[in-house]
Amino acid sequence: MRLDKTEISLGLVALACVLFGFVSPGWLIFLLTIALAKALVVQGVVMQMRSGLVSFGQGLFYCIGGYTVGMGGQFFGIHDAIAALSLGMFVAIVIAMLLGLLLTRYREIFFAMLSLAFSMILFGILVKSQELGSTDGFNVHDWTLFGWAPEAGAGSQHTVFTMTVVAGLIVAVLLHRYTKAGVGVICEAVRENEVRVEYLGLSPRWLLYGNYVAAAAVSALGGGLTALATGHVDPEMAYWTTSGEFVFIALLGGLGHVAAPFIAAIVFSFVRTYAIEFVPHTWQMILGFTLLAVIIFLPKGLWSLVSREKTGERA
Amino acid sequence: MTSLLAVLIDGSIYASWLFLVAAGLTVIYGVMRILNMAHGSFYAIGAYSAASLVGWYFNNGMGPAWVSYLLLVGAALVAGLIVGVIVERGLLRLMYGRDEILMVIITYALLLILEDGMKIVWGVSPYFAYQPYSELGRTSLGLLKVSNYDVALVGVSALLGLGLWAWLERTNQGKVLRAVIHDREIAVAMGVNVKLMFTITFVLGTTLGALAGALTAPAISVVPGIGIEVIVLAFAVVVIGGLGSIGGAAVGALLVGLSRAAAVHYAPEFELFVIYGVMSLVLAFRPEGLFGRTLVRKI
Repeated sequence: MRLDKTEISLGLVALACVLFGFVSPGWLIFLLTIALAKALVVQGVVMQMRSGLVSFGQGLFYCIGGYTVGMGGQFFGIHDAIAALSLGMFVAIVIAMLLGLLLTRYREIFFAMLSLAFSMILFGILVKSQELGSTDGFNVHDWTLFGWAPEAGAGSQHTVFTMTVVAGLIVAVLLHRYTKAGVGVICEAVRENEVRVEYLGLSPRWLLYGNYVAAAAVSALGGGLTALATGHVDPEMAYWTTSGEFVFIALLGGLGHVAAPFIAAIVFSFVRTYAIEFVPHTWQMILGFTLLAVIIFLPKGLWSLVSREKTGERA
Repeated sequence: MTSLLAVLIDGSIYASWLFLVAAGLTVIYGVMRILNMAHGSFYAIGAYSAASLVGWYFNNGMGPAWVSYLLLVGAALVAGLIVGVIVERGLLRLMYGRDEILMVIITYALLLILEDGMKIVWGVSPYFAYQPYSELGRTSLGLLKVSNYDVALVGVSALLGLGLWAWLERTNQGKVLRAVIHDREIAVAMGVNVKLMFTITFVLGTTLGALAGALTAPAISVVPGIGIEVIVLAFAVVVIGGLGSIGGAAVGALLVGLSRAAAVHYAPEFELFVIYGVMSLVLAFRPEGLFGRTLVRKI
């Protein structure tokens, strides 16, 4: 397996993150874990955005991932973190394969609305199910990693952080290869002009289908890791405002690079944490103005700040 | 039998409320092709303006109660007019011509801004304006007691729907508007001032949203976040009926209203599920909604 420059730098950054985990304070670890886990969900949104679809319901798979991890420990005795995460991804894939058959027939706002509707259906079911704690959700059972049980609190937090970084690295490398591969490039062609892609003898619909299912798996992984990190899941994960947040982060980062969602998610988490602390009643407003500013001034997201420099050098 | 009657009554009350909320959304989409996520915020602004004005009226003046109904409507009209003009002239005008999906995201940003804007203006504690609601009393129908205010709401909603329909189908301005809906470019070529029509439509839409909020305010406690809940319901209604169709919105509202009422009475655990379930079902078979027009793919 030959690694290109991006993959090597991703690996180095991930290594640096893991090492940083040993020295950094607990609150920062927690914040970064959540940010990176959310970034995985955002990767799912970005994958679909690259082919022109905006999902306002990615919270569906975020929630499925989280709830499967939680329920696995609670009801089915699955305490191994990796097994629970894989189960979450598996459930998400199965559901996405079903919903995808319907959803891939839609574009633009109809796709956005229908994906939103599906996540709201899950929200509606969870809110009314007493066994799953209704609106309060429930706590995630203590978990193990290959039979080893990390000590509660700081130890398990640190373990989740490392797991999230590793998961992020794997997903990032896979997605990087995917976007560079022929099939990934066609995604952009579908966004530009779907009918012409059809004329070239390709099926945009199956491409979007595969994309949708893969995005669901990645998002479920993010949801599962969030559940492990916070030790709690609730129906809010499937509410449409959560999905809106993912779209926000995706636009903030832009589609330019596989690292962009991670950076955007970290920026978002920090801004949000401090904004809630200092200006609790205006942080959403700040988000709103930021979003408008990004759309008007940085239509390719924060990443364009970095890549613009590069093209400047070349010229 | 009683429960069936209850479902019908609850359902039509809920449906008329849904129609009030959704009408503005569908008008704006029909003409401007903007799926306005901030519509729920206009609803909330209307509710806040009405609740604070009516609350102030009853706390200080104690004049005749009928004045409060005028205040409700007046507050909504003023709030909708002001916010509508500001948003259309100040923000949307700069964004016309962009992708429909980008407009969704732009109005999502607007929603975030307005949500906090309301917290700044009205604070986070709840507002009440229950007097107009309790003033009208209740009517007994066998075992059921129905609030007269709710019944009046059904009438208002029906009148509003008829009014909108008549305006669109029977007046000159409505005709021009329909021309814009059919083909914006040709309408411009024929000398229609599309920019002006856009402003009129948007302000009409926001005012309808604010009116829905103001009329709901007496029945609820007005708290932050009511707009966020309402907008997804309104989406479901207009998508079921077909985006941009007023008749469709009415049918969608009835469908959602009755199924939700049935769920509440017979299977309460499916209350929320049923709304989006109906929406997904309709979309699965008629992607453009029940009354939407099929769009031709353009290369």
